[in-house]
Amino acid sequence: MSAATATAVAPAPATRTGAEMIWEVLVQEGVEVVFGYPGGAIMPAYDALPRYPVRHVLVRHEQGAAHMADGYARASGKVGVAVATSGPGATNLVTGIATAMLDSVPVVFITGQVSSALLGSDAFQETDVTGVTLPITKHNWLVTRAEDIGPVLREAFAVAKSGRPGPVLVDITKDAQQASCAFDPADRRVARPPRPRPARGATADALARAVALIDRAERPLILAGHGIVAAGAAAELAAFVARTGVPVASTLLGLGGFPATDPRALGMMGMHGEAWVNRAVQDADLLIALGMRFDDRVTGNLATFAPRARKIHVDLDPSEIGKNVAVDVAIVDDVRQVLAALTPRCRPADRAAWMAAIEAGKGDSAVRDIQQLPDTGKLHAAHVLHDLWRLTEGRAVVVTDVGQHQMWEAQYYKHDHPRGLVTSGGLGTMGFALPAAIGARFARPDAEVWVVAGDGGFQMTAAELSTCAQEDLKVNIAIINNGYLGMVRQWQELFYGGRYVATPMRSPDFVKLAEAHGLTGLRVTRRADVAGAVAAARAAAGTVVIDFRVQAEDSVYPMVPSGADLGDMIRRPLKSRLIETGADDELTEEPPR
Amino acid sequence: MTAPGKPRLRTLVATVEDVPGVLNRVASLFRRRNYNIASLTVGASEVPGLSRLTVVVSCDDATAARLEANLWKLVDVVAVDELAAADVVERDLALIKVRADHLQRAAVVQAAELFAARVVDVAPTELTIEIAAPRQRIDDLRAVLEPFGVIAMVRTGAVAMARAGVTAAADLPPSRAASGA
Ligand SMILES: Cc1ncc(C[n+]2csc(CCOP(=O)(O)OP(=O)(O)O)c2C)c(N)n1
Ligand SMILES: [Mg+2]
Repeated sequence: MSAATATAVAPAPATRTGAEMIWEVLVQEGVEVVFGYPGGAIMPAYDALPRYPVRHVLVRHEQGAAHMADGYARASGKVGVAVATSGPGATNLVTGIATAMLDSVPVVFITGQVSSALLGSDAFQETDVTGVTLPITKHNWLVTRAEDIGPVLREAFAVAKSGRPGPVLVDITKDAQQASCAFDPADRRVARPPRPRPARGATADALARAVALIDRAERPLILAGHGIVAAGAAAELAAFVARTGVPVASTLLGLGGFPATDPRALGMMGMHGEAWVNRAVQDADLLIALGMRFDDRVTGNLATFAPRARKIHVDLDPSEIGKNVAVDVAIVDDVRQVLAALTPRCRPADRAAWMAAIEAGKGDSAVRDIQQLPDTGKLHAAHVLHDLWRLTEGRAVVVTDVGQHQMWEAQYYKHDHPRGLVTSGGLGTMGFALPAAIGARFARPDAEVWVVAGDGGFQMTAAELSTCAQEDLKVNIAIINNGYLGMVRQWQELFYGGRYVATPMRSPDFVKLAEAHGLTGLRVTRRADVAGAVAAARAAAGTVVIDFRVQAEDSVYPMVPSGADLGDMIRRPLKSRLIETGADDELTEEPPR
Repeated sequence: MTAPGKPRLRTLVATVEDVPGVLNRVASLFRRRNYNIASLTVGASEVPGLSRLTVVVSCDDATAARLEANLWKLVDVVAVDELAAADVVERDLALIKVRADHLQRAAVVQAAELFAARVVDVAPTELTIEIAAPRQRIDDLRAVLEPFGVIAMVRTGAVAMARAGVTAAADLPPSRAASGA
C-alpha cells in the first residue's frame, strides 16, 4: 500500500465522501472493530463500510454498543468505538456514555444526524444529541461538512485518550456523509491542536514533602484507584510497595492494579470492603491516594473519614484535588511517573508492626467468612465466585454487572492482573456486563472471558446473547440467580423493615433462553456441581450460560450503611438461620415462584 | 486577608473559542457542579475567533481552585485566570428607570451626578439613568434611588480585565498562549 503510493502505480482517488472519510480515519487510528446499529441518518456511513478493513458488530440495542465499546476500551487500554443513528439510536446510547464518563473510559461515539438543512426543524428522528450528551461527554462535536469529518474525528480520538480519558461524541449530518471532499492519505490534520494547559506536574517540593511523610509514617496505607490501571502503573506500584512496605487497599476499579495474592494486598475498601481494611483506613496515620477520587462509596461519612491520617493525593486531574477530602500534599501528574520518582527517594522499610496490627485486626473475620462454613448442600454466591477464581486460576477477564454479585466477585475473585476486572463503578449500570464482555472478547482474543451477572441485570441486556450467537463469540456467563434484585432487597432487609417492595423477580428459564439462541445452558443448584459446570463451560466452543441457583436471601457483608462512618460496619451475623439451616428458601430444579 | 475557607465573590476571566455552544458548555459546568454564579458575561475579545468571558462567583478558595481546574478541562477554553481583587478593573453597566416627577426630578438627577451616572432618557414622570461602574457602586446608587421609586433595572453583569501593567493568563495573545502546543 505504501509502496504503491510511493511509486504512484495506483494513484489514490483524490476525493472521498464524508462517509468514506469516517472509515479512513478509523483505519488510521488503528480501529479494528466497531459496535453499532444502522438507521436512516447513518446509512451513508454503513454503505461505505464494506470497503474498509473494520469489523462491525451488530448489536441488539444501542446501549449494548456503548457498553461493548466501553468494555473493549477497559479490557485493552485502547479507544473503543460505537456507532448509532440519529434520534432514538443516539438516545439509546446515553446510559452507556454516562457509564464511560463516570469511569473515565476512552470511547468515541459516532452518530448520524439529520441533514444540515433540516437541523432545528424537529425533522424526523432529529434529536439535539450534542445537547443531550454535553454533560456526559468529555467533549462533543456537530459536523455538517464532509471536509471537517477527518480533522474532527482525529481530534475526537486525541481528546478521548489524552489526559484523564473519557468518552467523546461526533454527530455527523447525513449530507456531510454524502458530500465529497478532497482526500490526502498522508493528511493527519486535527481540527484544533491541543491547547497548552498550565504545567502542573510533580514539583520537587511536593515530592520531597511526600517522601518525608512516607518515611515518617508508622501506619501508612495506599489507596489504589482506577488511575493505577488506566496509567499502566501496576509495575511502578509493585516496586514502590516492595521498597516502602506500605500495604495496599483498593477501590472497586483499582482491583487488579496490585496483585490480590500479594501479602501486602488488603483487598477492597469502602462500603463492602473487608472489616479490617476499613479499620486500617480509619487507624492509618498516612493515606497515599493514587489515582482515586474519594468517592462516597469509598469514604463513608467524610467528617469521620481517616481522622488520624495525613493525606497525599496523586491524580492527573487537578479538579479532583480537595473535591471530597482535604489533603496535605497534592501531586497533579501521571501516577506512573510519580511512583517512579518516589520509589528511589523513599527509605526501605518493612512496617512489620503495622502489618501485624492489621493482621490482628482481622479478629474473627475469617470465622464470619462464608467460605469457612460447613457445606449445607446449599449454594452461596460466595462459593460460586471463590470456586470460579480457583478454577480459572485467577486469570480470567471477569466482567461484572451491578448488585450483590458484583460485590461478592470483588471480595472473592482475587485479581492479580490489571484489566482483569471490568465493572461499572461510578454509575453502577445494571445491564453492563454482557455487552461489556463482548467488547472485552474482541479486546483480548486470547483471554478467558467470564460474565458474572445477577438475574435482574442480566435481563436488562440479555438480547445481546443473540449478538454472541451471530458473531460466533465465546463468552462464559455466570448468572448469580437469587430470584431478587438482591442488592435492593438487602437494603430493604436492613433499612426498610424487611418490606420487599418490587424486588422479588421472576425470570425466564435461563437454560432454555440460552438454547433458544443456539447457545449452551447449564444449571447448578449445589456447590458440588460448580466445578463440573465451570469445566464444561470452559471446554465448550461457544457461549455458555450457567444459571447458578444461589441462596435467595443472602446478604453482602460487611456493609457500611450509606453515609455512616467507615468504621461502622454491619457484620455477617455469627449465628444465622440462613447459614445454619439454609432455611430461607427451597431450591428446586424449577424456576423460582 | 480573608480566611481561605470563607466564601466571597471572586472574578474569573476566561478566553474561549468563539464556537457554537461554548457558552452552553460553560453554563452547564456551573450548573452541574452547583456553583453559585453572580454574573456571567461573554463577548468579543481583541482576537478574531476568541471570546472573553467574565464570571463572578461566590465560593471559598478551594472551590475557586477547583472551578478554575474544571474550566481548564473544557476543550474550548484557551485560558483561565482568577483576578485578584486588587489587580482588577471591573465594570458593570446598569440602566435604572426611576420615578421622577417635576418635584423629584432635581433630586434624582443630583443623586445620579454624585455617582457620575448619566440621565439617558426623560419622560414627564420618570427618567432613566445609565451607570457603568464596579458592582458595589451600582448597588449603592440603586439604594439611593430606591426611595424615589425604582421602576425597573437591567444590568449586564460584570466585565473585567487585569489592570494595565498586570499580566493575566487570560490576557495572553493567542500566538503566545498556543506556543508549545
Ligand atoms: C440501570 C439500573 N437500574 C437500577 C439500579 C439499582 N440497583 C442496584 S443493584 C440492583 C439489584 C440488582 O439485582 P440483580 O441484577 O439480580 O443482582 P443481585 O443484587 O441480586 O446480585 C438494583 C435494582 C441500577 N444500579 N442500575
Ligand atoms: Mg438477583
